[in-house]
Amino acid sequence: MSTLLEMKGISKSFNGVPALRDVQLSLESGEVHALLGENGAGKSTLIKILGGIYSKDSGEIYINGKPVEITSVKEARENGISIIHQELMMLPQMSIYENVFLGQEYKNGGFIKRGDMIQKTQEMLEFFSLDLDPREKLGHLPIAQQQIIEIIKAISFGARIIVMDEPTSSLSEKEVDFLFSAIRRLKKENVGIIYISHRMSELDEIADRVTVMRDGEYISTEVIGKITRDELITKMVGRTLGDYYIHTHTPSDKVVMKVDNYSDGTSVKGASFELHQGEVLGFAGLVGAGRSELMNCIFGVTKKTSGSLELEGKPVEIRNVRDAMKEGLALVPEDRKQEALYPDQSVRYNMTIEVMDKFLKAGRYNAKTENSIVDEYVKKMSVKLASPFQRIVRLSGGNQQKVIIGRWLASDPKILILDEPTRGVDVGAKVEIYEIIDNLAKEGVSIIVVSSELPEVLGVSDRIIVMGEGQIRGVLSREEANQERIMSLATTE
Amino acid sequence: MKEKKSGIFSKSGSLAVIKNNMGLLLAFLVLCVGATIVLGDTFFAWRNFSNVLRQLSTNMFLACGMTLVIMLGGIDLSVGSVIAMVGCFAAGFISYLEMPSGVAIILAVLLGVCLGLFNGAVAAFTTIPPFIITLATMNIGRGIARVYSATKTITVSDDFFKSIAATYIGPIPIQVVYVIIIVAITAVILNRTQLGRHILATGGNMQAAAYSGVNTKKVTLFVFVYSSLLASLAGIISASRLFSGTHTAGESAEMDAIAAVVLGGTSMAGGSGSVSGTVFGVLIIAILNNVMNLYGIDASWQYIVKGIVIMIAVFIDYFKSRNE
Repeated sequence: MSTLLEMKGISKSFNGVPALRDVQLSLESGEVHALLGENGAGKSTLIKILGGIYSKDSGEIYINGKPVEITSVKEARENGISIIHQELMMLPQMSIYENVFLGQEYKNGGFIKRGDMIQKTQEMLEFFSLDLDPREKLGHLPIAQQQIIEIIKAISFGARIIVMDEPTSSLSEKEVDFLFSAIRRLKKENVGIIYISHRMSELDEIADRVTVMRDGEYISTEVIGKITRDELITKMVGRTLGDYYIHTHTPSDKVVMKVDNYSDGTSVKGASFELHQGEVLGFAGLVGAGRSELMNCIFGVTKKTSGSLELEGKPVEIRNVRDAMKEGLALVPEDRKQEALYPDQSVRYNMTIEVMDKFLKAGRYNAKTENSIVDEYVKKMSVKLASPFQRIVRLSGGNQQKVIIGRWLASDPKILILDEPTRGVDVGAKVEIYEIIDNLAKEGVSIIVVSSELPEVLGVSDRIIVMGEGQIRGVLSREEANQERIMSLATTE
Repeated sequence: MKEKKSGIFSKSGSLAVIKNNMGLLLAFLVLCVGATIVLGDTFFAWRNFSNVLRQLSTNMFLACGMTLVIMLGGIDLSVGSVIAMVGCFAAGFISYLEMPSGVAIILAVLLGVCLGLFNGAVAAFTTIPPFIITLATMNIGRGIARVYSATKTITVSDDFFKSIAATYIGPIPIQVVYVIIIVAITAVILNRTQLGRHILATGGNMQAAAYSGVNTKKVTLFVFVYSSLLASLAGIISASRLFSGTHTAGESAEMDAIAAVVLGGTSMAGGSGSVSGTVFGVLIIAILNNVMNLYGIDASWQYIVKGIVIMIAVFIDYFKSRNE
């Protein structure tokens, strides 16, 4: 093994606010090096400096022992660095081979050499055991395969250093396995990989070393297997977390919602379950099991084709989202960016959008009421912000999510549905969200938590419903549930 | 692995051009057959076809440029005004300033391209939407044409200038040759060059393109300049056809071009489309106009029919993409 990359004493500030202070990172060839830290720890700033998107204020970068200056994406690429961004930076309407060679087409004068590009792409696809036609439209492939295509693109640029930013955040377990086998192949080819992930369990499986960052500073580099998960979390958040999950509430036996035989015609097939007062009901299953679809159906986002609903013993018909809100339901959707955020608007706007009728009556606007609502939920959700008037996208992912949860709490829901409440959220904010869930349950709110992270479902729930292929496969109590039982229920036919 | 034979119109051969444009081709054939049945020899005659081909040349020029602009996710409203501006300049330079016609034409075209350069620069280096910036240059261009011509028609008696649009090669009007050349160049750029790939990529996802090392600013600049260059050339040809420059030339021509591009299946959101689709779009609109004129349909009704045809095309496109 030889050292591929060394970053030393990297510092960077934005408008005088330091984002990185004296950070270091090294990468061996054939190594998977995890980069761990909460949102705002400076991981992505560091990566963007490496990728030539930001320029550093000070510090040195060495590649294969030679000092280099990287000031543009192009220079990063010439130095063999490629970044696979969290949101795939690809063009779904173009073909596989066009995506692979975008920006460095094989050409003869200005004219492209299509045949050569197709053939090269074919070889690469075979290397990763993908049986695909290079001329297929990229958008027709599942996300996991698109990711592999992006890796292929990186290699075709001659990348020796590949940065993967949360590559598994939208993959199912099976797809994760596929990605990992691709990563192992890259290791054999002596490619170095910098791997950013919030999922601790993945690090044991794929990473060799881990570098922890906190608040823009380098904390330490550890060898995986020689440090426990708890020690890592402690380093990452800078304080000891006694219990990662908080579970102090006790649910009642009173049924507040009874869902009977719900179907939506495609993804949900005859789902029935009960939700108790003050309970946290977890929904586990593989990606595509129909959990989000069931929730959207209950909340009136999509139309059900069959099924009936009872709230506190009374039959209720929910035809649309307005109906659902009137009945005291609230849904925090899975995809924050697409389904919840008004990115150009302020934190205040984002927080009060669902409860406008509280401060906007008959055309009369009461700023005091609106501000007091904002104050109340900023405090309750412990949102960290400079001002309620700043744009919501300026907040970290965790704080954005807290604002969105606050938005729905402001409507005083009796039933709160949280779909992947901690996706793209750092550990610190995660713990805070678990705390909020626990407190709400104590107050008597009934909560459904849909999550693809098994430890999370196990940690927060009183009961766990496992779904597969649109059906409910089983219900487990907190005591009898464990990862193996959930997985076997989720994967049986 | 062997590569399929490929043509300039598409990435995967001439058969694919027919396959991908099946609906348009069908609509085109139905229109022609229907017109032949109803109108007989008035429609189905070389004289008439040659007429249609000459009439569609302006729109084909504009639509080729507009295809690239729309693929990039932009729009260019200024092209109609460029026609008037360049036509007036060229005519004025010859008649008022007594320049040699070749010099006058080159100078006028360069002035037209300047407008496109400005559009492109603003689109590339700021986040101002192309709709707004070209709305402004559309007004400015039309205004310049009016000021320079003092809202009068500038007649030209130069023989070379007149011959640009009036020459025939055998029975074929030379405008048809121009159109074929322009279509071919545009198709080659889009399908066979790196630049073409980069236009599609920039329109599909600007950030992704930039992260892949595509110089999106250069691409944007090129596309707007190309659009204004084709509009300028169309301006010269239309002035030559009329033996004069007039400030009313090309009025609402940008709308016809946009209609043809959209009819041809290019996505207004950018990132996808084809030159072959645009060619069919232009042909359909031209034949439709021709048929309605021959049949004596009132001009007011022609607007409504054209609008409905565009709407049908867009709806078909919507349902097709929804089902994908």
